[in-house]
Amino acid sequence: MSYEPSTALLDEETHDAINIDRTKGDFVFPEKHKFDAGRGLTSATVDYISDVKKDPQWVRDFRHKALKVFQDKPMPTNWATRDLENIDFDIIRYYLSDGEKPKRSWDEVPPEVLETFERLGIPQQERAFLAGVEAQYDSEAAYSNMKEELTKLGVIFVNSTEGLKEHEAIFRPWFGKVIPTGDNKFSALNSAVFSGGSFIYIPKGVKLKQPLQAYFRINSENFGQFERTLIIADEGAEVMYMEGCTAPKFETATLHSAVVELVALKGAKIQYVTVQNWSSNVFNLVTKRGLAMENAEVRWIDCNIGSRLTMKYPGVVMKGEGARGEVISIALANTGQHQDTGAKMIHAANNTTSNVVSKSISVGQGRSTYRGQVHIPKHLKGCKNNTECDALLINSRSRTDTYPAITVKGNQHATQHEASVSQVSEEMLFYMQQRGLNEGQAMSLAVNGFINDLVREFPMEYSVELKRLIDLEMEGSVG
Amino acid sequence: MTTTLPNWFTARQAAALARYESTPAPKRGDETWRFSNLKQLDFDCFSKSVGFPPSSDTLIARSTGLEKTAAKFIFANDILIHSESNLPDGVICLPLAEALQSNSDLVEAHFMKQETRLGSARFAAWHEAMVSNGLFIHVGDNIEVDGAIEVHHWISGSNTVIFPHTLVVTGTSSKVRVIDIFRSAAELEPGLAIAFNDLSAGPNSKLDYIAIQSLNEVTRIIQINETSTARDASAKGFILNTGASWARNECLSRLEGPGSRSDMLSVSIPAREQEYDQRTFQHHVSEGAYSDLLYKNSLYDNSKTIFSGLIFVDEGAHHTDAYQTCRNLLMSDSCEANSMPGLEINADQVKCSHGSTSSQINDEEIFYLRARGIDPVSARQLIARGFSVEAVERLEDADTEELVLKFIDAKYACIAGA
Repeated sequence: MSYEPSTALLDEETHDAINIDRTKGDFVFPEKHKFDAGRGLTSATVDYISDVKKDPQWVRDFRHKALKVFQDKPMPTNWATRDLENIDFDIIRYYLSDGEKPKRSWDEVPPEVLETFERLGIPQQERAFLAGVEAQYDSEAAYSNMKEELTKLGVIFVNSTEGLKEHEAIFRPWFGKVIPTGDNKFSALNSAVFSGGSFIYIPKGVKLKQPLQAYFRINSENFGQFERTLIIADEGAEVMYMEGCTAPKFETATLHSAVVELVALKGAKIQYVTVQNWSSNVFNLVTKRGLAMENAEVRWIDCNIGSRLTMKYPGVVMKGEGARGEVISIALANTGQHQDTGAKMIHAANNTTSNVVSKSISVGQGRSTYRGQVHIPKHLKGCKNNTECDALLINSRSRTDTYPAITVKGNQHATQHEASVSQVSEEMLFYMQQRGLNEGQAMSLAVNGFINDLVREFPMEYSVELKRLIDLEMEGSVG
Repeated sequence: MTTTLPNWFTARQAAALARYESTPAPKRGDETWRFSNLKQLDFDCFSKSVGFPPSSDTLIARSTGLEKTAAKFIFANDILIHSESNLPDGVICLPLAEALQSNSDLVEAHFMKQETRLGSARFAAWHEAMVSNGLFIHVGDNIEVDGAIEVHHWISGSNTVIFPHTLVVTGTSSKVRVIDIFRSAAELEPGLAIAFNDLSAGPNSKLDYIAIQSLNEVTRIIQINETSTARDASAKGFILNTGASWARNECLSRLEGPGSRSDMLSVSIPAREQEYDQRTFQHHVSEGAYSDLLYKNSLYDNSKTIFSGLIFVDEGAHHTDAYQTCRNLLMSDSCEANSMPGLEINADQVKCSHGSTSSQINDEEIFYLRARGIDPVSARQLIARGFSVEAVERLEDADTEELVLKFIDAKYACIAGA
């Protein structure tokens, strides 16, 4: 028995088995890129990106500094999986775009890009229930639009390039402040080559009734997508932001490494919903953190179904008194997948509360991991944390790990952490089969029951989709 | 007394010394030393004492424990200064130095068999290279020892290091209880103990091991435990920490046979600037085994605790039941509790859970006791004591519980305001 996770290659059968649900995202159009930074990462790559994007000098300097940090930092394999060593930074393409500005209307979007997003149902969803949409295709946004009345209220919803040029006064003071460049190797990588992603500003007291959405699509092989999102909710503002992502199934690995920073000022509320369904060759290494000021609330609602390896630990720094942080996480790991997810709760003011609820399901030879950090320093009073993580193992080769770390200083606080591991019992399946369900349906029902209370946290349209995805993913997993 | 050690042992010691020298010291970023204070690992000023310890008669007189024992051994600076035994035939219970002569093959079969994986590999190698004495206990098949074997380890003299070793092997369907008590001869002499206990529970046997660490508060200790349980065996390990300025405990239980059971228990009551760093590993190798861990810490003043536990279920170890609970009672506003309860599960049909809580005494509980005429200071102490007793009671032996509580009460007596 080895203590190191195996990185065995997939045989053809399992490869086929895990592709069941990916038909929707698994299609590819020929590449038509005007700008291509080539393979590998050097300071010339960074200059190329800065030139194409016409970056101001401070952004160019920021990128170069970050590149140096990235090159100096070791891989975090002292605690993380060795699978990270399989990322070949020299064959990745860091910037691809057609050089067009994002369109305000779907009619102007190039036909194959439009077809991509049509097939993924984005324009239809926009009409149905969204306040605004940004659709990113490889390195740059192809479409970006928001309901007219929101513009009048002063809401800003643009891509990061436009954000840093047109709204520097709001953008720059917070950019890279929640997640500094040197936070980890991949945040440094993102800082060096970032492109795309959203910049959102919600003015004081504005409460968005409908969510804003971003959709990230990778279309090119060996491509690295590095979007950068910054959301600022001014005092008393409220916003829900949703992101979805897919990529076609290529033969070689693709890298997605985003940085997402949230700033909730006094009394503001930000909810950030992710449904991640990358194909099973994507390394998804994402840094997400929110800053919650006085009485503000940051909620991360995170669902990871796709990717080969996901490492993502959304965090909340509760900086103002009475701030609240929450992470709701669902992970589904099938054969060939490792969902390494978790949460970081940093209490930095009195009477702050945080809550982490994580549920993971391991199917086939899939592996799911929970890593958590809760930090309550000495000088504070009345901080509370609750952490629950439950894991469900479906097959005898499935694997699950839990590694929380809780630091509490002083006696004015309360923390509790609980975790459990269980499986769907034979009796439960037998009972359901007695009532006429086949084994697969019974298993799906049991799994949906396990995560049901968390699925309800997602917006309705998403939770329906989520249930369907999980049904598909569970198909043929019994036995 | 000149003795020649068996060849296998001198070879093991030489190899261990080389391993000690080639193994790098723990550094920042090592997961097994996360949150640890690495400054505590500077052991340069310590050396082994030479010659017979002075005032050994006083130490013998101070070595009080149970009223009645099955056997009693007293070591000062790893030298045997007293022994008495009423053990039945079929039990071999000898100082390690002697056992290496008389039962060399038996010792070789069980001596330090497991790999140290919780971070202290370097210090385990140091122990292996330097160990000169301790106790070797082998209980033959079907023999049940009544009462406990009590072992006292004293550190005497400034900057003295000891390497106590306890090796317990139980045969089929046998039963034994061993109590190690670690103490310092004087209050202000800094000392160091690199202690190792190796417990091997044979089929259907019952092995209880209790370590009471009550060293002075300028002494440091690393205590490494390795337990293995065969089919239907039951092993119980208990650690009480009241003394030392810094203590590191590494406890590893390997459940090797179906139906076996391991109970891992600990009570720690750090105060002032004391730091306790505890790492545990419940390794389910076999299917159908049971392990249950309960660690309880009451933290006073500026003290600090670290608990890092891992339940590791091997592939194929189905029908495992494994539980892990760490509870921290925060008794001051400047103490610090770190918990890292972990799980790694590679099998199904598994029931596992872990829980960790940190909180202070509830005002309502104090109010309830005050309403019954108990002053707030006593009320707090009563609740804290009750909190520790929950783990002590799991020992299920009145005499041993009483002994452990005696050390717990002695500690409360020297905590300000407790």
